[in-house]
Amino acid sequence: MTTKPTPRVRVPAKAAAGEMIEIKTLISHEMESGQRKDAEGKTIPRKIINKFSASFNGKPIFSADWFSAISANPYQSFFFKATESGEFTFTWKDDDGSEYTSKNKLTVG
Amino acid sequence: MQTNLSTLSRRDAVKAAAWALAAAAIAPRLAFADEKAVAAEIKKLYGDKPMASGKIKLDVPEIAENGLVVPINIEVESPMTDADYVKAVHVFAEGNPLPGVVSYQFTPACGKASAATRMRLAQTQDIICIAEMSNGALHTAKANIKVTIGGCGG
Repeated sequence: MTTKPTPRVRVPAKAAAGEMIEIKTLISHEMESGQRKDAEGKTIPRKIINKFSASFNGKPIFSADWFSAISANPYQSFFFKATESGEFTFTWKDDDGSEYTSKNKLTVG
Repeated sequence: MQTNLSTLSRRDAVKAAAWALAAAAIAPRLAFADEKAVAAEIKKLYGDKPMASGKIKLDVPEIAENGLVVPINIEVESPMTDADYVKAVHVFAEGNPLPGVVSYQFTPACGKASAATRMRLAQTQDIICIAEMSNGALHTAKANIKVTIGGCGG
């Protein structure tokens, strides 16, 4: 039995204008590659998170297409240049159509 | 001179059998992606466009003890302004069952074209990275990773 994927995001709460901040994300997920076989030799169907995307105040800033080669409990970090206060939305899209989101606020000033 | 079965010595027959066994042992490897599969993926994306080296810093371990979790950090040199930024970065693995690893889409808002994740590698192999700039220019980089325990499960 698998538990519901839980996203974890690390974003600084405050940043100076023009400061480059690093955003680190992690989500619990098996990332079943579709390459493995079960005890009876049947292929275990693929079930991975195939897309991670980040937006700030509704504007897309970064996204990643993940393939079978991404490790379980996928980690993703990237950068963002802080210019104004606002809110990040992080979205993970699962092969089964589910979406997991996390929202994080950033104060600039 | 003509060789037929009747002229084959016992030693030759044993040798032939050994070769057949060796070939059978190698055969499952064919199920893995190779340079050709990666090249085909790249061609699908960018056709035969020329690629320059440089600008990409591909930070991966030389030796990965556990193929299930191999860190990969990529940084592409770019001012990341509206006029000149890195649009996309693709990573391919030549020795995995499937060639794709990750594709990033950057925007000037990132400030820096840098991203890190963790990947699974089935065996010792080359990793190919391609960066697409906003003006359409392509850059490529390659790194070899030695994998001690493959990350492909049962």
